[in-house]
Amino acid sequence: MQPVEEPQVKISIGSRYDHIDLISVVVDDALARLGLDDDARHWVGIAIREAVANAIKHGNRQDPDKNVEVELAVAGDEAVIRVHDHGEGFSLEQVADPLAEENLLRPNGRGIFYMNNFMDEVEYAERPDGGTIVTMRKRLAAGQVSVDPAEKAEEAGSSTSS
Amino acid sequence: MKIEVSYQQGVTVISPKGKITIGVGDVALREAVHEALEAGARKILLDLENVTTVDSSGVGEMVSAYTTVTNREGQLKIVNLPSKVADILQMTQLIQVFDSFDNLQEAVDSFS
Repeated sequence: MQPVEEPQVKISIGSRYDHIDLISVVVDDALARLGLDDDARHWVGIAIREAVANAIKHGNRQDPDKNVEVELAVAGDEAVIRVHDHGEGFSLEQVADPLAEENLLRPNGRGIFYMNNFMDEVEYAERPDGGTIVTMRKRLAAGQVSVDPAEKAEEAGSSTSS
Repeated sequence: MKIEVSYQQGVTVISPKGKITIGVGDVALREAVHEALEAGARKILLDLENVTTVDSSGVGEMVSAYTTVTNREGQLKIVNLPSKVADILQMTQLIQVFDSFDNLQEAVDSFS
């Protein structure tokens, strides 16, 4: 894994959903400058939306006094996006499989699934001072950025059921 | 996000424009479907032609709309899926849940 350089973009927002668009615009512009094509930026943009929405909803529980920080950096041929919240953390084991028959018509529970599918790597860590850091990586090299939803769904399905 | 509502052959056509995402478009879609049901509509068609972005909340709202309408003995179908919306539904195996059409008239006719 390449060392991460200093963030090219660093944004801090209050825990409000209407701030997600601001992050999307800024990060999309930065990713375009890094050479990510339109399709790839759309899917990465969805993954970032999901991570920030989770940070606001499940992390900070929409507490207006708690911020969500988003950083974009480059490590080798990867864009590295980090989303920090100030909540109490969560357990991945408690996240239900959205492809399971009994969950198919649930109105929620798909955000992490989409993040895992649209990014090359997603990691979760607890902050020393509380909260969660989600680190998402996307390769920038040509030919490695497009998302094939069917293929990714198949991969995710097989990994989820294992 | 804006939503237009029109009526064709007894079918309520709900046409969102823009993003169906958390906190904004998802709420607007929920309200539009709720209002249609309250007005007595049981044949509801979501025309997604002008939807640019759907996130997991938007997908969840579409699923909620489907189950709510079905539970009220109605039908909810979708038409004109942009490729990225189709992709995101496909990934979570929801594309097979919705009755989906490529053509508005064909979709409207399917209710009769």
